[in-house]
Amino acid sequence: MTIEDIQNEIIDEFSMFDDWEERYQYMIDLGKDLPLIDDQYKTESNIIKGCQSKVWVHAEMTDDKIAFTADSDAIITKGIIAILIRAFSGQHPKDIIDADTSFIDKIGLKEHLSPTRANGLVSMVKQLKMYAIAYQTQLN
Amino acid sequence: MFNVQDIRKDFPILSRKVNGKPLVYFDNAATSQTPQQVIDAIVEYYSGYNANIHRGVHTLSQEATDLYEQARQKIQAHFNARFSHEIILTSGATHSINLVANGFSSLLKKGDEIIVSALEHHSNIVPWQMLCERTGAVLKVIPMNEGGELVMSAFDNILSKNTKLVFLNHISNALGTINPIEYIIEKAHQVGAAVLIDGAQACPHIKPDVQALDVDFYVASAHKMCGPTGVGMLYGKEAWLNKLPPYQGGGEMIAEVTFEKTTYADLPHKFEAGTPNIAGGIVFGAAIDYMNSIGFDDIAAYENDLLDYATQKLLTIEGLKIYGTSKNKTSVVSFNLENIHPYDVGTILDKLGIAVRTGHHCAQPIMDFYNIPGTVRASFSFYNTKEEIDALVEGVKKAKMMLS
Repeated sequence: MTIEDIQNEIIDEFSMFDDWEERYQYMIDLGKDLPLIDDQYKTESNIIKGCQSKVWVHAEMTDDKIAFTADSDAIITKGIIAILIRAFSGQHPKDIIDADTSFIDKIGLKEHLSPTRANGLVSMVKQLKMYAIAYQTQLN
Repeated sequence: MFNVQDIRKDFPILSRKVNGKPLVYFDNAATSQTPQQVIDAIVEYYSGYNANIHRGVHTLSQEATDLYEQARQKIQAHFNARFSHEIILTSGATHSINLVANGFSSLLKKGDEIIVSALEHHSNIVPWQMLCERTGAVLKVIPMNEGGELVMSAFDNILSKNTKLVFLNHISNALGTINPIEYIIEKAHQVGAAVLIDGAQACPHIKPDVQALDVDFYVASAHKMCGPTGVGMLYGKEAWLNKLPPYQGGGEMIAEVTFEKTTYADLPHKFEAGTPNIAGGIVFGAAIDYMNSIGFDDIAAYENDLLDYATQKLLTIEGLKIYGTSKNKTSVVSFNLENIHPYDVGTILDKLGIAVRTGHHCAQPIMDFYNIPGTVRASFSFYNTKEEIDALVEGVKKAKMMLS
């Protein structure tokens, strides 16, 4: 599936919910299923800055596809990053770099897109794309 | 007669909705809300008096100057300073602290000591660290105990004839603890040290008397006292303010300028370079009038009642821990739910229209002491109600259910 296909799938899933409570409960559950980062990568240098909670992200490339793993000490943050990773993991670096992230708005989590928001969704997206840029230069 | 329902009518923002729910505003320690009387004062200034001050010969400028200086006198009266020129209008408490820290850089030498407290806001740590780097002075810290109180016996031990300055907040922003500043000021003066008290968190709740305290410097921000953002004050004893060099150069702060030498203006203008926040200063005066019209005795009594009620209700939630349990505290409850990140709790509360603060509250040393990433902080003001506290308690229960 392309990133866009996955994003549409996520939009579909979230469209089943009537209110914020169900959406958040689902996101919290997604957070519990997040592919956890190996402890050796939970280092100070892998922490994403700009988040009130701690977020660690690690990326590895095999066969030109990037696999992301992550963790956070806050469960809602974990849910948000789980959604992002689901869309981006297993994809080609170039597709990640070019990906549009407006689907976050469409699943009713717009409030997390504000640059003042302490959870740093904007920083997370930026970090995932930075990894993709780094791997893309290896491929060039 | 104190009537919270009447008071709430003064605050237009309290009737708005957030995320479809009535706003419950419990982030008062970050900034207070603004009553209509203060909003009107802003409109009045720009509608009728807007002009640059202190220099103009025209009527508008003179009227604006009069209003600005009247505001200074109101602030002087409120804090009971001896002279109005001991009140320096600044952009806020942080600016005030930096002004003093910068001034002391020419007065300190290697080996001098500065004492701060473990309960400080970063704004009352970083300027002193920078000052120590510049001068070679040494920073010492009054430690805190598990209840979030300063350990006075430790203060007695670190205070010495080398101590030149003691800086601490009147009330901790993260925990609400009221510090024993009277004792600290008296002891510091015995060794000849100057004392700066950061009153940013105290002034919304109590009316400090700088002469009775015999404090050397006292700072406050208007936006925590129902006033506008971007304005605050520094009180300094006349002798200290004369001793400190100017902070910034520019217009307003000079007496005479030639390329050989500039002589500085008298107090308070020496510290007020450039065009000040004229509207802010005038409206700061209006905010002080408003708070005094409610009355600080009534404010304190009502807020203490809210604090007791909230503490008692929140503690009925299993796994909830309150940080900062001093008997002497203002209406701040800093807490966590067991094994749940404060950020998660704050996010759920926001969805319910309840505004709290989460995180380290710019007081990381306190969080390090408790070994926690941060807390959820609910801070109450005289316009909050017990019904709103009930909504908070229900919200916390819901958050716990969703997040566990």
